[in-house]
Amino acid sequence: MITTSGLTKVYRSRGREVTALDGVDLHVREGEVYGVIGQSGAGKSSLIRCVNLLERPTAGTVTVAGQDLTALAGRGPRAGKELRQARSRIGMVFQHFNLLSTRTVQDNVELPLEILGTSGKERSRKALDLLDLVGLADQAGAYPAQLSGGQKQRVGIARALAGDPKVLLSDEATSALDPETTRSILQLLRDLNRQLGLTVLLITHEMDVVKSVCDSAALMERGRIVESGTVGELLATPGSQLASALFPVSGEVSADDRTVVDVTFQGEAATQPVISQLSRTYNIDISILGAAIDTVGGLQVGRMRIELPGRYEDNVVPIGFLREQGLQIDVVGQGHEGQESVLVKEGAK
Amino acid sequence: MTWSEMQPLLEQACWDTLYMVGWSTLIAVVGGLPLGVLLVLTDRGGLLQNVVANKVIGQVVNVARSMPFIILMVALMGFTRSITGTTIGREAAIVPLAVGAIPFFARLVETAVREVDGGLVEAVQSMGGNTWTIVRKVLVPEALPSLIASTTTTIVALIGYSAMAGTVGAGGLGDIAIRYGYQRFETELMWITVAILAVVISLIQFAGDYAARSLHSRGGRSGPAPKLRLLKAATADTKTV
Repeated sequence: MITTSGLTKVYRSRGREVTALDGVDLHVREGEVYGVIGQSGAGKSSLIRCVNLLERPTAGTVTVAGQDLTALAGRGPRAGKELRQARSRIGMVFQHFNLLSTRTVQDNVELPLEILGTSGKERSRKALDLLDLVGLADQAGAYPAQLSGGQKQRVGIARALAGDPKVLLSDEATSALDPETTRSILQLLRDLNRQLGLTVLLITHEMDVVKSVCDSAALMERGRIVESGTVGELLATPGSQLASALFPVSGEVSADDRTVVDVTFQGEAATQPVISQLSRTYNIDISILGAAIDTVGGLQVGRMRIELPGRYEDNVVPIGFLREQGLQIDVVGQGHEGQESVLVKEGAK
Repeated sequence: MTWSEMQPLLEQACWDTLYMVGWSTLIAVVGGLPLGVLLVLTDRGGLLQNVVANKVIGQVVNVARSMPFIILMVALMGFTRSITGTTIGREAAIVPLAVGAIPFFARLVETAVREVDGGLVEAVQSMGGNTWTIVRKVLVPEALPSLIASTTTTIVALIGYSAMAGTVGAGGLGDIAIRYGYQRFETELMWITVAILAVVISLIQFAGDYAARSLHSRGGRSGPAPKLRLLKAATADTKTV
């Protein structure tokens, strides 16, 4: 539904060049909720702004619903008629809502319809329908200043849906909201995604957002996508930073000559009594440091952090046994640990 | 001078002032609003970025703003004659008043429009709106409380300018105060005109503030800050006239 290839954005100011996007290839399938996560300055905002060409990419192409938007853009900084029409079919929600303070809630939702040239009667009918859909039918006559943050964002979402878009872009839509409101807004996005078959591309710096609504996710660092895939794929990828941030288990190693292993269960594997089998087969004592079962992106996942006696070299055979059982094994302290902890912190924020 | 002598003088003067200020305000708003919006749009990073046009408009506005009104009036005599057919009287005074007020109002409009949140512009762009839509549906309506405050400021400044219009025989309250009050030592009449001017300006300021505030109370996102600043600028400006 949304494809970017080789998307590059370089900002030039006073002779200095800043590369915000460095060859981003993104593929969002139709009907999925796709989350792009990263720290501030990673290029997420530039990416989502390039998708509807609010920012002109320096190089690369953007295709939305089979239409190459970069080809419609023309050379000048102004958007031509074709690009504007294409934009009207892409909804966008913003972190700071961006509602017009001098218009009522209903008039705000009618604004995109005014731009599309819909007749007055049709406009108000549609606006009221949309306000009903987001649960704000009783606030149609209120001004944005009279609403709470969550209500404002609902208006923002209703407005974004006015043009019957197939694609919704969400630019940190929940970042200005408290956790409770965040959950209700995310639930609304999820419902709209299911009911209307809306494809949602959202950017966020909160791991919880990805965890609760996304089918797929991508991790951005310094203008590049370093990891991407469906939540299931990510969890099945050994050493995936996103997976360990989405689903962290804690527990510190108790002594120097121990090996700590993260075991991830998905689907079938979760039903096998692997730990006791391991213990019996190799006659070793296993301590469980931490364990959790959770639903991530609609997928039941279990993860356990266990400690085996002896160093990694001594445990090659038992670890091989666990891998043979179809489990995903990450040996903690081997390789990816450093990066992982950074992301866990970011997710915790 | 007795009151019965003063009364017709004052009545006529009030009408003259109102006539001149009314027309020149109207022309200043019609001319200054697009100019001010253009100053924002053509600026670096603006929707119609055009650095050359921006510099040219900016310079023209600056030069017109820096010229003392009495000089402007003399300098524009040829232009005034070509429009009104004369260089004396009320109609003739409207031309330099309007020409002087257009850049003044344009700068105020520029400030007001700049206060509009860029996110709103982005939102309308994302809906597929063009530049004209953005000006019509976002920039002007969202800046409206500030624009009303700017208009008030312009009216007050124009009443100040119009005192000098007496030099081209246009009449008005300022003219009465100078010719009768100052030059003929009719101190009483001078103070009456000053009092009338004070009342008129207070009323205009009050009405302007009220209109701006009642628009604001619906919104509130942009806050009352710009209005307050413009009012301060207004008092400073009228003093320099």
